[in-house]
Amino acid sequence: MSTMSDPTQPVFRLSMLVNDTRYRGITFQIIAFFAIVFLFGWMAWNATQNLAALGQNISYGFLGEGAGYDINQKLIPYASTDTHLRAAFVGILNTLLVAFLGCITATIIGVTVGVLRLSNNWLVAKLMSGYVEIFRNVPVLIWILIIFSVMSNALPAPSAFRGENATASMVMDAFAFTNRGVYIPRPVWEPGSWMVVTVFFLSIVGIFALRRYAVKLLFDTGREIPVLKLSLAIFFVPTLLVYFLTGMPISLAYPSLQGFNFQGGIQIFGSLIGLWFALALYTGAFIAENVRGGIMSVSKGQTEAAAALGMRPGRIMRLVILPQALRVIIPPLISQYLNLTKNSSLAAAVGYMDITGTLGGITLNQTGRSFEAILLLMLFYLIISLSIAGVMNIYNNAIKLKER
Amino acid sequence: MKKTVFLGALAIAGVAGVMASAQTLDDVKARGALNCGISTGLVGFASQDANGEWQGFDVAVCRAVAAAVLGDASAVDFTPTTNQVRFEVLNSGEIDMLARNTTWTFSRDVDLKLEFAGVNYYDGQGFMVPAALGVTSAKELDGATVCIQAGTTTELNLADFFRINNMSYQPVPISTASEAQQQYLAGSCDVYTTDASGLAATRAAFEDPSGHIILPEIISKEPLGPLVRHGDNEWGDVVRWTLNALIAAEELGVTSANIEELAAGTDNPEINRLLGSEGSLGEMLGVSADWAKNAIAANGNYGEIFERYIGQNTPIGLARGLNAQWTEGGLLYAPPFR
Ligand SMILES: N[C@@H](CCC(=O)N[C@@H](CS)C(=O)NCC(=O)O)C(=O)O
Repeated sequence: MSTMSDPTQPVFRLSMLVNDTRYRGITFQIIAFFAIVFLFGWMAWNATQNLAALGQNISYGFLGEGAGYDINQKLIPYASTDTHLRAAFVGILNTLLVAFLGCITATIIGVTVGVLRLSNNWLVAKLMSGYVEIFRNVPVLIWILIIFSVMSNALPAPSAFRGENATASMVMDAFAFTNRGVYIPRPVWEPGSWMVVTVFFLSIVGIFALRRYAVKLLFDTGREIPVLKLSLAIFFVPTLLVYFLTGMPISLAYPSLQGFNFQGGIQIFGSLIGLWFALALYTGAFIAENVRGGIMSVSKGQTEAAAALGMRPGRIMRLVILPQALRVIIPPLISQYLNLTKNSSLAAAVGYMDITGTLGGITLNQTGRSFEAILLLMLFYLIISLSIAGVMNIYNNAIKLKER
Repeated sequence: MKKTVFLGALAIAGVAGVMASAQTLDDVKARGALNCGISTGLVGFASQDANGEWQGFDVAVCRAVAAAVLGDASAVDFTPTTNQVRFEVLNSGEIDMLARNTTWTFSRDVDLKLEFAGVNYYDGQGFMVPAALGVTSAKELDGATVCIQAGTTTELNLADFFRINNMSYQPVPISTASEAQQQYLAGSCDVYTTDASGLAATRAAFEDPSGHIILPEIISKEPLGPLVRHGDNEWGDVVRWTLNALIAAEELGVTSANIEELAAGTDNPEINRLLGSEGSLGEMLGVSADWAKNAIAANGNYGEIFERYIGQNTPIGLARGLNAQWTEGGLLYAPPFR
């Protein structure tokens, strides 16, 4: 930058704000800024005026009042005598649960389908593209309803498991598939179980250390060790040993039919399953397309070069193609995760009590505080979306091409 | 993204804020039609017949008000509303009144700024179970899965009932009566709970009504009635007194059959004032002198409406019970027309 001022610089005239390209950009930005501030200010003013005219003021006091309603799926203790705020937290956890399960499942489905769609096997490739087309082109709400109603109509009610001539029976005496959900055994933690759990996690750490060591060994000395067998051994042996030494402190409580419902196990609600699978299958179809696009973006020369070095197709995919494809796949994957999370608000269609069902549904309804509840809902989804995007961006930065 | 979300919220605020104007009566007259909110469908209370016309006990209230104000019982635009949105739809000004199995409660009246125009059905919350379950009392429902409509007094009463009786249950929240019916019949829940009248109406629509029983316990008071927005007293009066006219007509023996004859004048001054041959009640209310006559002629008096849509001779088969005239041991008691 030059520090010398131009002696012939013309005096500043107001018209230059519009005509002079040096100032024009700034002028318009300032105008746009004030326009937006004015617009939002006007809307906020309008909203408060209208609410005041209805005799309502904006107040969040209702969050501290008793909720009065019950929620079926709760990850934290909750009773109808708890506050609306706590009900909202129950809803938030339910949203996070289905979003988490959905994102993981969608990713697994998406990557598998995306890779298989490029398979040389005609049938497999066609099946996969059929899946993608069917799921991508029907609205997710319809899928949620379809999967949920198939579940609630095709599976037997708990009462069908009852009596001498029951028409339904449990799978392996441990799992019950009913139209109210799936019941699975529940682990019972007795004293001493923490040791087993600790050893288990230590073994996992051990497996990672082993793999590191194996790679180092290979690079340093060229010697290979049987990583898979050793990993399996580390995975099972110490944990089982401690498990038996401490007197089998972890047992399973099996679900059994008592009264109207199965008791004793863990119930995975039908509404959760319907929502989770529909979101995963739907979003998985989009992810599959991203994955396919990502793989195709890696030049064919890479595959050929790797093949010329004698690598097997599976390894080529895992070690050469996917790492490069990931750079193309991750950014759209972020928006798929955001979509899935936001789409989870369709939960109400199947009575899944997520944040939209609790705070934005029953609480909003019973208190009539719609404006406040909707603002809170927006804030929640905003925070969640920004957090997901933030985390994924960190990951994206970690794997992106390092330019040196 | 931030922006769009925010705009969305304010748009909602904008909609919710359309003013509760104090001239609904004038608006209705100028429009030439009444906008009436009803339920999404409940046989006997509000359902569409083969011609797509809305019929039912609640629908009849809308028609009577339209007849009173506009002289035409068919000048009604019906808006089906779910339990969850009904008050918002009313407060937004989209409808002029709501007549859909809605319980008059303190917080709705005071906090939600609604104005109940009276009670057209005294009800209470009951439970329905498949007869095959072998349950005979609501106290045996410990551990049951219960279908409830979200956004109702029902779900609050239910929570209290189970808590007080130290029982557990699993709620299945549902948004409309027809969905509840599907889920209940599919066995997704053991019990369906709502207002007892709603249970009777739902059961009447089943293929095999006798396979389901309504348990004897009534766990709450549910006075159901039409309502309007808070703050427009003139309009509230119109709806209130139209309902009262239907009730008074039954008490005074005015029916759709004899109304023409009685409207010409009788020696009972209250009938004369009601039907407009004496006094100026219509003028005070801001409607024509024959307002009540039109309202009663639309579907008959309260008793006729009851018998036609939900009475003993209909599939729903409700007895008058609490909904008999006070002279018959019931709770219906219209204030005097003078
Ligand atoms: N009276 C209660 C319950 C209302 C309710 O759930 N009504 C049901 C049946 S009694 C109904 O209108 N269902 C028809 C629909 O869902 O549209 C309230 O006002 O909260």
